[in-house]
Amino acid sequence: MKALPVGDSALLVEVASVDEAQALHAELLRRRAEGSLPVREIVPAARTVLLDGLADPVGWASELTTARIPPTPSSTQVVVELPVRYDGPDLADVAALWGVSEPEAARIHAATEFTVAFCGFAPGFGYLTGLPTRYDVPRRATPRTAVPAGAVALAGPYTGVYPRSSPGGWQLIGTTDAVLWDHARVPAALLSPGARIRFVPVGAA
Amino acid sequence: MSDRALVVVRAGALTTVQDRGRPGHAHLGVPRSGALDAPAAALVNRLVGNAPDAAVLETTLNGCAIRPRSTVIAAVGGAPSPVGVGGRPVAWGAPVVVPAGELLEVGAAVAGVRGYVAVSGGIAVEPVLGSRSTDLLSGLGPAPLTDGTVLPLGKAAGPHARVDVAPQPRPPAELVLRVTFGPREDWFTPAAVQDFTSRRYRVSSASNRIGLRTEGPALERALSGELPSEGMVLGAVQVPPDGRPVVFLADHPTTGGYPVIAVVRATDLPAAAQAAPGTPVRFLAVRRR
Repeated sequence: MKALPVGDSALLVEVASVDEAQALHAELLRRRAEGSLPVREIVPAARTVLLDGLADPVGWASELTTARIPPTPSSTQVVVELPVRYDGPDLADVAALWGVSEPEAARIHAATEFTVAFCGFAPGFGYLTGLPTRYDVPRRATPRTAVPAGAVALAGPYTGVYPRSSPGGWQLIGTTDAVLWDHARVPAALLSPGARIRFVPVGAA
Repeated sequence: MSDRALVVVRAGALTTVQDRGRPGHAHLGVPRSGALDAPAAALVNRLVGNAPDAAVLETTLNGCAIRPRSTVIAAVGGAPSPVGVGGRPVAWGAPVVVPAGELLEVGAAVAGVRGYVAVSGGIAVEPVLGSRSTDLLSGLGPAPLTDGTVLPLGKAAGPHARVDVAPQPRPPAELVLRVTFGPREDWFTPAAVQDFTSRRYRVSSASNRIGLRTEGPALERALSGELPSEGMVLGAVQVPPDGRPVVFLADHPTTGGYPVIAVVRATDLPAAAQAAPGTPVRFLAVRRR
């Protein structure tokens, strides 16, 4: 683990894998909840967790690099279920990349339990991990100018759901009617870092 | 609608509603947003007797014109500009009375970029995640103003300040931004790290509320790979593939995949918000506090 000060009041903690980043994130949330880590923002990402709004980043750097980080406690959390129709325009391409039929690609995706590794790109957009690395797929060579809200998509090791219509280069495999982001709702984001997710097929695929 | 409202008669190039932003939601991909020149926004609020978190208007280069439906106290600050009420010139940087139905005109900035217009009671649009700020990156908060927009006003809180003209810093002729290196300065060649703090940049006209873009020597990378996306802070100096440093301002993305060579001191960012395109920029390395 490496801890890099960022300006005068932030610290970027870097680890070796997305799993370690999730474990570190869970531990930092636990410390904040118990009151021992006064910080404004805890922002997990692919290999890092950013602590922003820290009074003493250099002090925390030495504290955290010597800390023992327990593995992510997973069994206690509720699984969020997202209804999905595997009807995306790129499902055939993804199935070909995986070397399976389209129904089999849908079955593999729906049988996977995902974790929200981190959010970004747009409010409520989660980067979900859980598929084995052999199912990594490249982005589309040419991004679409408009991906519809609710599109379930793959890129690299991640699955994501577009909270609203936006340009995007991910491979679209399905559609959900779940509302990913509603700023009038509490909480506004359906998916937050650390949440466990399962896609549940509805209707005819 | 009640008469606690104002009508936007001339929206100007880009006028948005801003308060102190919505920090605390970066982990959901929500930018902090908020007034770019926060001290100027706080000052105009104080001048009209508003709470420091009241929402104000942030104008860009060419001001705006508004017509309150009831009599209000208003104050204009930030970038210096002519101010008029009902066609007569009035003081900039001071509380002025705008009678019901009269036009408050904020002219083009004579220096600087962002003007701030506070109205007694504050702009009372519905808050989103605790803030009324327009976030241009993710589209949260009220849309940028257009001619004819009607904005609700809150109840006037306290008495306005008794001052003639409040002192405000002049927009910079040269923008000196103090930086601490890292977290990713090792992604750049030693020559690039040297160039970054020794050569001169200029503010690019492509700058916006998301970032202050610069023109100048391209910073060459020592590492060619791709950096996995990581959390970004306000003031981060991110270097995209073209090599020209971008200083992240209030509407910056919460994560990013280009390496951050250094971070600008928070106290230098209000001046960055007022640096017009073409202004010389110097990055000055300082020790971490």
